[in-house]
Amino acid sequence: MHRTGELYGQFETLEQQKDTATLGMWVFLVTEVLFFGGMFMTYTINRHAYSAAFGVGGNTLDLKLGGGNTVVLIMSSLTMAMAVWSAQVGKKQLITLFLILTLLLGGVFLGVKAIEYKQKYDHHLIPGQSFDITFCSNHPAPCGISAEDAAKEKTEIAEAFEKDPNLNSHAQLYFSLYFGMTGLHALHMIIGAGLLLWLIKEAVAKRFGPGYNTPVDITGLYWHFVDIVWIYLFPLLYLIDRHN
Amino acid sequence: MSEHIASPKLYIGIFLALMICTAATVWAAYINLGQYNIVIALAIATLKATLVVLFFMHAKYSPGRTQLVIFCAVFWLGIMLALTLSDYTTRHELTQQQAQPAALVARRVAP
Amino acid sequence: MSTNAQTISPHTMPETDYLNASYGIKSWLLTTDHKRIALLYLFSVTFFFFVGGIFATMIRIHLLTPGGYLVTPETYNKLFTMHGVAMIFFFLIPSIPAVLGNFLIPIMIGAKDLAFPKLNLLSWYIYLIGGGFVLYSFSTGGLDTGWTFYTPLSSVYSNSAVTAAVIGIFINGFSSILTGLNFVVTIHTMRAPGMTWFRLPLFVWSHYATSLIFILGTPVIAITLLLVALERVFHLGFFNPALGGDPILFQHLFWFYSHPAVYIMILPAMGVISEIIPTFARRPIFGYSFIAGSSIAIAVIGFLVWAHHMFLTGESLYAAIAFSLMSYLVAIPSAVKVFNWTSTLYKGSIALDTPMLYAMGFIGLFLIGGLTGLFLACLGLDIHLHDTYFVIAHFHYIMVGGAVMGYLGGLHFWWPKISGRMYPEFLARAAAIILFIGFNLTFFPQFLLGYMGMPRRYHSYPPELQVLNVMSTAGASILALGYLLPIIYLVWSYKYGRVAGPNPWPATGLEWKTQSPPLTENFDVTPVVDWEPYDFEHRPDLALEPGVGGLLPAHGDD
Repeated sequence: MHRTGELYGQFETLEQQKDTATLGMWVFLVTEVLFFGGMFMTYTINRHAYSAAFGVGGNTLDLKLGGGNTVVLIMSSLTMAMAVWSAQVGKKQLITLFLILTLLLGGVFLGVKAIEYKQKYDHHLIPGQSFDITFCSNHPAPCGISAEDAAKEKTEIAEAFEKDPNLNSHAQLYFSLYFGMTGLHALHMIIGAGLLLWLIKEAVAKRFGPGYNTPVDITGLYWHFVDIVWIYLFPLLYLIDRHN
Repeated sequence: MSEHIASPKLYIGIFLALMICTAATVWAAYINLGQYNIVIALAIATLKATLVVLFFMHAKYSPGRTQLVIFCAVFWLGIMLALTLSDYTTRHELTQQQAQPAALVARRVAP
Repeated sequence: MSTNAQTISPHTMPETDYLNASYGIKSWLLTTDHKRIALLYLFSVTFFFFVGGIFATMIRIHLLTPGGYLVTPETYNKLFTMHGVAMIFFFLIPSIPAVLGNFLIPIMIGAKDLAFPKLNLLSWYIYLIGGGFVLYSFSTGGLDTGWTFYTPLSSVYSNSAVTAAVIGIFINGFSSILTGLNFVVTIHTMRAPGMTWFRLPLFVWSHYATSLIFILGTPVIAITLLLVALERVFHLGFFNPALGGDPILFQHLFWFYSHPAVYIMILPAMGVISEIIPTFARRPIFGYSFIAGSSIAIAVIGFLVWAHHMFLTGESLYAAIAFSLMSYLVAIPSAVKVFNWTSTLYKGSIALDTPMLYAMGFIGLFLIGGLTGLFLACLGLDIHLHDTYFVIAHFHYIMVGGAVMGYLGGLHFWWPKISGRMYPEFLARAAAIILFIGFNLTFFPQFLLGYMGMPRRYHSYPPELQVLNVMSTAGASILALGYLLPIIYLVWSYKYGRVAGPNPWPATGLEWKTQSPPLTENFDVTPVVDWEPYDFEHRPDLALEPGVGGLLPAHGDD
């Protein structure tokens, strides 16, 4: 097994090895940009075609949970950056601390995401046979919203139906993309959490320091990339039509 | 590759800037600016992403090669979006010329 | 014959090399040596080549008669779909990069291995898993959507095993992505001292360009096919017009990858030809930097043209003209290559050994394939030729006449390096000529058929088109013989061929500076490069042995 800064056979120097690993991660992130890019393309075309349905769909999301999650994820990026810094300056206790903080914040994000998914399930907003965009406005009690808000939502949806008679079908497209994009993002978070667990194990064994911190560094790159994806997802999914 | 070590102060500054941007994007979403809402939302998101790439991901201190890699990612994403949209945004011209049955084209023409 | 051949050779096989460094099935299945992984790929892509070949044979037999009595129309749809999927995703795309590229790139740049050897092995396993899914799909109901998986046929209406197939191709995509990533990083960071960018062999340049497409294009087809699978399984509506989705969007996303994928198939072959031509003309390649640059230009411009597959989907004239013009632009770097290869031949001392025969065949066939591509990029003409056999003939000239010729030429050129032994020259030349004749007889009639209006993907045709169809099928049987011959004599020569020695041609690349077959680490000591590429003049070590080269059987046997 590969341990603390050992030189792999195919390299001449440790510097070359670090250089190679870093470039490898950057190139991998390029493939990720294009991978998510296909989804963003699908989103763009559909949102352009069905702006009314996308507006209504976006307004059913809980802005407090989404906004809170944005703060949590950016905070986890800060702690990740600090973990890399701790490794660079050799503060071995701090590396572990910041890595654990990052993992915890990532866990909070995924937990909130799970709550949001559950909410969508309760509100009949999973694409499929039982999908009903009007469910909450017609049944305020099981959705936990006030009669006042339900009435407001009802007029909003009625207006949207006037613009787009197939609103229910097109709102399903919004939610297909919502689950597709956030699901793919969450999958990347879970992979990132797995990498963090491994890093924490290595950090506890005091393997990282100024001489050898490539794994922390490139996992950081990956984690920040996942953060960037969310930075775009948040306004595109939650803030489509809030001004109405 | 001599390693550049940024200070924690800088990281916290970037974090605060990202928080302000997040607040700004939510605030801007509640003002009706017509089609400029999406423009502003994407502009703020891009600003945030740039900050993350430059400072958290150290792209500002990385060799030119890394910056080229980032450029390629953005450029090719741009190709995909721009050329696909070049088809979609001009389709209505054709349909007007040929006056196809409205039912066939209405879905794509809707703004 | 073999003992006689061995006594003629002045060389002996090296005592240790990558082939006999360790034994046992585990030493192969868990290897991280790029050369052994290349051989694993060689066996796997050959397997898929024959799977695809069997389907092609059945297609051609079926089309012998206008009514097409061999299989039902439904089965015919499955045959051409499975032929396309097996050949494109599991043979053509990995063939040269994963076999020859894997074997040669580290040696050519003077490295001990690729940057990420374990990732390289993982790529092969991913390829196998993806291939497994696709074979499962083939054997449980087949696949009838066409290799293009157009929606909503693939996502809603097809009753064949589409889900398994798209998941297989989705998985296989990661094999391509990881291979491309490995190559790019390797070429950037693993070059030996003195191996500057403009001393890289053109084979390496073309693989760099190919890897760019792997990295930038493959993720898009992966996510697109994932969406198709999700759409099929969960009845979502991304590309289904009945639910508000958009099939045109699928075509855009599909061709964003799949048009550049054509360059994934042809660019590595161009790299092979750029190595063979200077070696057998014994001249430095003409316009090195133009050939290198044109590889990159093809990779970049190749991303700007995809909507020329969609001229007939209601594209506006404005967009269609833009995509048509950009498609014409691809012809410029392609022509630069052809002109430079032919200029290299001028006043060269040309030896028509087998690899050179393949290279000559490549130039001619690629020229026809490329020029007919311009017909199809032409807006008015495309309306007539779209979805006819003209298109089939065009891309087979590029993919079989170009990519497969390049692959076989490369396989022969580097066979002495891979196996340490020479193939039988006479048989090999015969096979190359049989292939060339068989290929043209198979596919040239298809240009005529397409021009006369025979649509692709139809199981029957009007009786007046039978003569040309029979010619095509007859050509295919000659072609099949041409493919079987190399398999037989290459396997034979692996054991009984004349011992090749380190540099039998002789050629200029770094790979010819090490023993054949190379050591596991490729070189005893890291080489230092102090010569320019393809420089025969200032390399006394490359003086011709008497009797080498020329038209006479030069290499002793047969």
